[in-house]
Amino acid sequence: METLIIMLIGILVAVATYLILSRNIIRIILGTAVFSHAVHLLILTMGDLKQGNVPLLKEADAPYADALPQALILTAIVISFAVTAFILVLAYRTYQDVGTDDLDKLRGAKDE
Amino acid sequence: MFSVNLVILIPFIVAALLPFTYRRFKKTHLGWFVLIVPIALFVILARLIPSVASGKTYVHTYEWIPTLDFNFTTYLDGLSMIFALLITGVGSLVILYSIFYLSSKESLQHFYCYLLLFMGAMLGVVFSDNLMVLYVFWELTSVSSFLLIAFWNHRQASRFGAQKAMLITVSGGIAMLVGFIMLHTMTGSFSIREIISSMSEFSDHALFMPAMILVLLGAFTKSAQFPFHIWLPDAMEAPTPVSAYLHSATMVKAGIYLVARFTPVFGADEVWFWVVSVVGMITLFWGSFNAVRQTDLKALLAFSTISQLGLIMSLLGLGSIALQFGYSADSVLYTQATFAALFHLINHSTFKGALFMVVGILDHELGTRDVRRLGGLMTFMPFTFTVALIGSLSMAGLPPFNGFLSKEMFFAATVHIMEVDIFSLPSLGIIFPVVAWIASVFTFVYCAVIVFKAFLGNPQPEKLDKPIHEAPIGMLISPMILATLVVGIFFFPNLLGQYILQPAMSSVYPTFGEAVDLTPKVSAWHGVNPELLMTIGVIIVGAILFKFLKFWKPIYGLFSSRFTFNALYSNLLASSVSKSNTITKFYMNGLLRHYLIYIFVFFIVTVGGYLFYSRAFSFDISTNASFRVYEVCLVAIMAVAAMSMLFARSRMTATLLNGVLGYSIAIFFVIFRAPDLALTQLVVESVTTALFLLAFSHLPDWEKEKLPKGTKVVNGIISIAVGLVVVLVGLSVVDFNQFEPISSYFEDAYELAGGANIVNAILGDFRGFDTMLEVVVLFIAGLGVYSMIKLRTKKEDENIED
Repeated sequence: METLIIMLIGILVAVATYLILSRNIIRIILGTAVFSHAVHLLILTMGDLKQGNVPLLKEADAPYADALPQALILTAIVISFAVTAFILVLAYRTYQDVGTDDLDKLRGAKDE
Repeated sequence: MFSVNLVILIPFIVAALLPFTYRRFKKTHLGWFVLIVPIALFVILARLIPSVASGKTYVHTYEWIPTLDFNFTTYLDGLSMIFALLITGVGSLVILYSIFYLSSKESLQHFYCYLLLFMGAMLGVVFSDNLMVLYVFWELTSVSSFLLIAFWNHRQASRFGAQKAMLITVSGGIAMLVGFIMLHTMTGSFSIREIISSMSEFSDHALFMPAMILVLLGAFTKSAQFPFHIWLPDAMEAPTPVSAYLHSATMVKAGIYLVARFTPVFGADEVWFWVVSVVGMITLFWGSFNAVRQTDLKALLAFSTISQLGLIMSLLGLGSIALQFGYSADSVLYTQATFAALFHLINHSTFKGALFMVVGILDHELGTRDVRRLGGLMTFMPFTFTVALIGSLSMAGLPPFNGFLSKEMFFAATVHIMEVDIFSLPSLGIIFPVVAWIASVFTFVYCAVIVFKAFLGNPQPEKLDKPIHEAPIGMLISPMILATLVVGIFFFPNLLGQYILQPAMSSVYPTFGEAVDLTPKVSAWHGVNPELLMTIGVIIVGAILFKFLKFWKPIYGLFSSRFTFNALYSNLLASSVSKSNTITKFYMNGLLRHYLIYIFVFFIVTVGGYLFYSRAFSFDISTNASFRVYEVCLVAIMAVAAMSMLFARSRMTATLLNGVLGYSIAIFFVIFRAPDLALTQLVVESVTTALFLLAFSHLPDWEKEKLPKGTKVVNGIISIAVGLVVVLVGLSVVDFNQFEPISSYFEDAYELAGGANIVNAILGDFRGFDTMLEVVVLFIAGLGVYSMIKLRTKKEDENIED
């Protein structure tokens, strides 16, 4: 199972990297979203899969699945959501002010 | 209990308070308040003179980073006493002078803040026993000097001079730091006293010579020794009180202090003698030779300071030869050079400080420092003239002023050195008295320039912007005190010798036993001897040269301005700026894709490369958990969905495919026993998808990417490589079990935190601080979103960012 998931993570990472390297800002944002999916899966996989029960003390019996990666991922999900929302609005505002969503045209001032 | 550490800290504390309290001093000049600090410190230190003179030293240690051997250890002995008295004494006079020099309209809180910062740092340099602490204070003096030179920062020349001083002194400081680290490698200690006591065992060490040269680099850059002297004339852009204080009396003498302090460490080596005395001699000559051609009085004084610093430096070099011979009746004779160095150090601070203040008065009252526009000021400015005359004559080495005494001792030292038989060529020793004599002739000439060109001759009121008048009494107090000292020291030199110089001598020659033997009796008249004849020669030749100055001055035109050290510095600076500009522009080209490629390639090379290099890759399928058919289906769906995103025709499809990924992961979370994650993921994924769709109504539809084929191939290769590295690392790491997992700790969540849901307990309790910061991130993102949507610059301020 772990091997299979890691292969999947590899595919997700490759796709995300390709998307991030493009010029269109929406593709880049989607790329970061896919990246965070891949990373969440990676963290979970590192804590071993399907070993033990749901980490709810009163509901299930020991052994429990590793709860620490889960807690980390929960934080990561929320943060990546915040980042995605922020860049989306940034893209919106940039397009409103500058009129393009092509990053090659957003190179900044010449004389910096 | 008296602590020297406190003496260092007081100026810093007052400097830190100034920005908050200066508003209270609307009516009175801020300087009156600041003046208390150096006077108080001077009094505190002066009360210790008798006990230091009797050989007592004060050590106080405050442990800072004991594991690294960094301790805030202060050490008050004779040598640091001299410098500390100069710093606080001249500091008091300079601040008093500055009260009348700087008007209340200047930003005085900055000026005095920097000045106190400097004072504290400089006291730190001379009192620190720990080399690392000394280094920190050393660089702090460079920083405060930078701030003070650029005090009038609207002037381009000020900024240029500040930068030049900073670059040169700080590079020397870094060289010195490396030297200090080498000393620590050799001796295992950062304490100067411990290094001195153990140094004799290390004189054959491979690092001995590099450490010596590097420490000397620090000293030479700071004390403006040839060829690093070029920063000092440009530093004259500072307000004159600063020039008088930092750039003649104290900061430039930090290098002298360092050489004196390290003489017991390195002085027994012949190289030390040669480097220090020859560099000092060259500086002495070059400074005095160039001072004569200056027409700006302040530039003249700058070159004269360079020259005098060279004189003191060379004396320290000559004095170090005594350490080669060890203690004997003969070698005590050579120690007199060091005595003369310390004596001249004090004398120079008195007469040069007075002269700087006089030039400041001329600048302030008449609006110019150019000798071509001055003349005949004697009758209009009698007090200023008197001070200038005393200072100049003392600098020229004439009686009855203190400069005469130390100049004679300098001549005597150069004559003695001829008798040392360590020279491979017997006639080589004659160079020292000859160079000393020639340099003194030039010194006499430029002193005459100050007196005759500025104060005697015909007045030229038509060339001045302001009418000629005497300076206010306040500005005259400080230079007059210094002038009194110049005369006073001439008549009572042995008082100074006994109380101040004698304990310092035993700091420089710790192995020489009784310091009394090292303290010669200074007297103005000691019969007709070589040094007296040299002085008479200087006066005669100097007077002739001054008389015919305009005939031989054209020889200065022979020095092309293209081959000076100044030109070298400017070219080096300009070319390094343009070169680094080219390099930076090459890779920082504004294309996000390129920046990301750097990151990805770095990742592939370092992580993938190390994995390959260390052969850490391992793969074991036997420990895997089992899988079912529907799980494989889910993996296949995700893989297909992800790859389809690359070929999606519309952004809507791509977003929905991303949604497919998100929801599939939620299902995986369920399978992998993570119900909280599944719930969160479902909610977040729904909101994200909705957010994307919302944003699309405001953004243009995406066009099919028209990338060149080469770019696509490069992107593809990088993407696959990144994916591959992640897979390989993941496979190697997943079975890693070298350490005990820490998760079992959290299984006591109910007892420890009162929560049955372990994940919740971790987030809300064990790692509650993380969660709080996470909320802060959300909040900041929310603020960003809100401000980007709602806030806009108004139409008329459209160019606000231009």
